[in-house]
Amino acid sequence: MSDRHPALVHAVNVTKAFHGNEVLKGIDMDVDKSEVVCLLGPSGSGKTTFLRCINQLESIDGGRIWVDGELMGYSDRDGHLHHLTDKQIAAQRREIGMVFQRWNLFPHMTALENIMEAPIQVNGEKKSEVKARALELLEQVGLKDKPSAYPAQLSGGQQQRVAIARALAMKPKLMLFDEPTSALDPELVGEVLKVMRQLAQDGMTMIVVTHEMSFAREVADRVVFMDGGVVVEQGPPSEVITNPQHERTRTFLRRMRQEEHA
Amino acid sequence: MTDASQDRPGAIHARPVPHPWRWVALALIAVIVAMVVSSFVTNPRWDFPFALQVMNFNPVLNGLVRGTILGTLGAMVLGVGLGVVVGIMRLSTNPVLRGVAFVYTWFFRAIPRYVLLVILGTGLGYLYSKFDIGVPFGQQLSHLFGLSSDLTFFSLDVNQFSSTLLMGIIGLGLSEAAYMAEIARAGILSVDQGQVEAAQALGMSSAKTMRRVVLPQAMRVIVPPTGNETIAMVKDTSLLIAIPVNAELFYQASTIGSRTLKIMPTYVAATAWYLIVCSVLMVGQYYLERRFGRGFGTGSTAKQGALRARLLSFQGLGGGGK
Repeated sequence: MSDRHPALVHAVNVTKAFHGNEVLKGIDMDVDKSEVVCLLGPSGSGKTTFLRCINQLESIDGGRIWVDGELMGYSDRDGHLHHLTDKQIAAQRREIGMVFQRWNLFPHMTALENIMEAPIQVNGEKKSEVKARALELLEQVGLKDKPSAYPAQLSGGQQQRVAIARALAMKPKLMLFDEPTSALDPELVGEVLKVMRQLAQDGMTMIVVTHEMSFAREVADRVVFMDGGVVVEQGPPSEVITNPQHERTRTFLRRMRQEEHA
Repeated sequence: MTDASQDRPGAIHARPVPHPWRWVALALIAVIVAMVVSSFVTNPRWDFPFALQVMNFNPVLNGLVRGTILGTLGAMVLGVGLGVVVGIMRLSTNPVLRGVAFVYTWFFRAIPRYVLLVILGTGLGYLYSKFDIGVPFGQQLSHLFGLSSDLTFFSLDVNQFSSTLLMGIIGLGLSEAAYMAEIARAGILSVDQGQVEAAQALGMSSAKTMRRVVLPQAMRVIVPPTGNETIAMVKDTSLLIAIPVNAELFYQASTIGSRTLKIMPTYVAATAWYLIVCSVLMVGQYYLERRFGRGFGTGSTAKQGALRARLLSFQGLGGGGK
């Protein structure tokens, strides 16, 4: 595309309603390559929905989302938008890794099989090559001794790290994290954040929905505060978290701080 | 410190709860079993030696292998295969497929198997003596255009085919597929939606998601009732006589009964074979369940332990005595 936007993720005026309830009210967001963006906001603010819209786990009602110059979900031909087929949508998702709150590992496969599944089944890569890469990824997330463990035999933190490795195995351009530590016991949060921090340092483009203020402050290049389906304010964490301009942001951050100290 | 630790409660050696009624029940059942066994011995009409002979007669063995075992196998292969397809169709986003699947299930669940087999065996040949595969309305079209060929590629004599074991297998399989469709649907619905999302997020197509992620997990829910269905099918193969298929266990056994006038021993022979076949299937079901249960529960042998506990629960009888 000649008029290709320089940002890796370029979202314009994204709207989404569930049964008439408007969850996203015109979100604009650009995420540059290698940028780490944390989405903050109270529950119901639409941040998870927006994340899911990026890789089309939810369809959008209005606006457009481009990832790496490619319009998500539709093709723009002779002035009309056409729905993409199931296969075309699947192809777009290959480039985007996603990590879920409840990790969603495939329970009938071992950790290694979970990581190898998509490269073999989706990309048709050679098993021996994928296996070598999967073992490297397991080592990268600190689980090199667990290749043959089934998810049920792993702790939540270990499962989430396998889930991150599984997403990375597809060599994505972009990683989406949907509250990756919210379902974890407090003492397991650190090991997952450590892997994510490393990933950020290695230059991965990441959009992270999180309640971990210290992670956002430390790792994010930019934090975006959302409330009521709109972006309230955004900027470097040093500004937004330390010195918020909007009352809604201040209220939210105050409550988060109270919870942390409680 | 050592003194104090002696006062602290140690390992538990508690007496079990006494279960006197288990012993009463055991005694009662022992009396009943003894009565039945004594009647076996004293009543010559049971004639177990003859029943054993009948079990090994060639026509009976032929009926067992062909009608019962091959019939069950064939009908279940067709039933499970078609059933899973219909079950997936029921959950499709395509309204046409959904409708077809619903009508299929509605129709075949409503028809008694016996009636279905009679219709397929007898009625079908009366309605359509020949079954042609070709261009739809080929005969009419070729007449219209004055063609010499009637656009038929394959032709089958229904009257000859309708009384074969294969026809019986198709009948039982079609009926079974309606039930299996519901079982498969329940199994698919039991899989967490997060699994589908995870597969989709990895770029898997919906067909691949179904085959690689959803169905293997659905199997855990599908296998136990399928075991039930298989065991029920073993018994329903006795309906094959409605086709009529003669190579069928119960028909062969009872024929010997009416010829020799030793009717009950031949029934015993058939019953014994049904018991044996179903017992073997139960063992097979256990291994299938273990295979598809892998990854569920932290211990790989959790299910094994549960089964062992179930089998050994009678040992609890002894519990009161210790």
